[in-house]
Amino acid sequence: MTKFIIILLTAVFINNYVLTRFLGICPFLGVSKKLGQATGMSLAVIFVMLMATAATWPIQTYLLNPNGLGYLQTIVFILVIAALVQFVEIVLKRYIPSLHKALGVYLPLITTNCAVLGVTILNIDEGYTFAEAMVNSLGSGLGFFLAMVMFSGVRSCLEGADIPKSFKGLPITLIAASITSLSFLGFSGVIENLFA
Amino acid sequence: MEAILTAVIPVTVIGLICAAVLVAASKIMAVKENEKIPQIREKLPGANCGACGYAGCDGYAKALAEEGAPVNLCVPGGDTVAKELSELLGVEFQDVVEQVAVVHCSGDCNYTDDSVDYQGIKSCAAAKQIYGSKGKCSYGCLGMGDCANACPSKAICIENSIARINTKVCTGCGICTKTCPNELIELVPDVERVVVTCNNRDKGALTRKACSNGCIGCKKCEKVCTASAIKVVDNLARIDYTKCPDCGDFGVCARECTTGCIVTADLSGIHRVKQPVEKK
Repeated sequence: MTKFIIILLTAVFINNYVLTRFLGICPFLGVSKKLGQATGMSLAVIFVMLMATAATWPIQTYLLNPNGLGYLQTIVFILVIAALVQFVEIVLKRYIPSLHKALGVYLPLITTNCAVLGVTILNIDEGYTFAEAMVNSLGSGLGFFLAMVMFSGVRSCLEGADIPKSFKGLPITLIAASITSLSFLGFSGVIENLFA
Repeated sequence: MEAILTAVIPVTVIGLICAAVLVAASKIMAVKENEKIPQIREKLPGANCGACGYAGCDGYAKALAEEGAPVNLCVPGGDTVAKELSELLGVEFQDVVEQVAVVHCSGDCNYTDDSVDYQGIKSCAAAKQIYGSKGKCSYGCLGMGDCANACPSKAICIENSIARINTKVCTGCGICTKTCPNELIELVPDVERVVVTCNNRDKGALTRKACSNGCIGCKKCEKVCTASAIKVVDNLARIDYTKCPDCGDFGVCARECTTGCIVTADLSGIHRVKQPVEKK
């Protein structure tokens, strides 16, 4: 049990996908302007990360590895994730229109998000079991959610700030992102010692 | 050769399986979309202003097709769009109540003054947040032009430090009404109107000190209005436009107003300028 908690907290805080591993930066900068959009996007990412891990872990373990095709990992994962997300979208549209509406355009957008691919590949690299991989995906998704929500708050503060003209727009956003990322360095080493 | 085949064949097979599943899924679980929606969408102006009360033109098109929403909700489109929609949907044509925005403040620099020397960022919302107001009157126009910046048809300008609306350009979308931190802007039907150009809800004496053009709540207008369309609520005259034109003596309230904050204005908007509307 402790192991699961460590994996979860590590994924959320220490190895945060956006702020520490720098994966999934484009939605982080693109849709973090409003809290509502940021939440929608993050929920879609959590959902897709879990689905993608549930699909790719068995493929790697039972299909690719026994046949010595481990090197096809990247291309097969991209293919499977893209198809899976499209499939999920069709299913949601038919049976749960409210959820489909809530996830909106973000669902197809993250088909080829590098954070999603990153989670699935790192799950294999770390040698996680299926349960551990699922927990790690959940943690990664929650970490993405945390980063998005935090950063949308930072950006709403930037809206009202008096910013020098040359920094307006994207430059100040990138600076704010780097400072937010620095703040997350404070977590390194915390989780391991919590349970030591 | 064998190495290439062992790589290509599994990927191709996986790809084909995925494709087959997706094709099957999209056939089996297809959601029928009303074919009228794109046609309706075509007719709408595409301003996505939200004046109809739906989330953009797509939302309104969907509501028209599926929920039977009334065809006269598109204010920027006016009667032209309403007519086309009623033909397309085969429902009865309803006249659009075209609207224009009016600013309920006339406290320009001739009548009132600044109370603080505001040096912050040029935004009404920011000035309101920091000082509560910029001028002596805390209900009035801040004059930083948040509404002018938001207006998609460039119908608002800041003149003598208050917002003025060019009704000949205003489409009545209502975006400005949501940006004003003092909620000074209101949409009214676009014919000749009397307008209360004040929003001050303080008692008369206080209003008088803040602005020589403000409504002091003397109720004179209430008495002279034969259609009882004017009511003074919270020391501020308000006009009920459903009753207003029936009084028979148009503009009497404006002539009798003690401070001159009720004015008559020709609010014939863009829709009337573009095409004279034939009424049935």
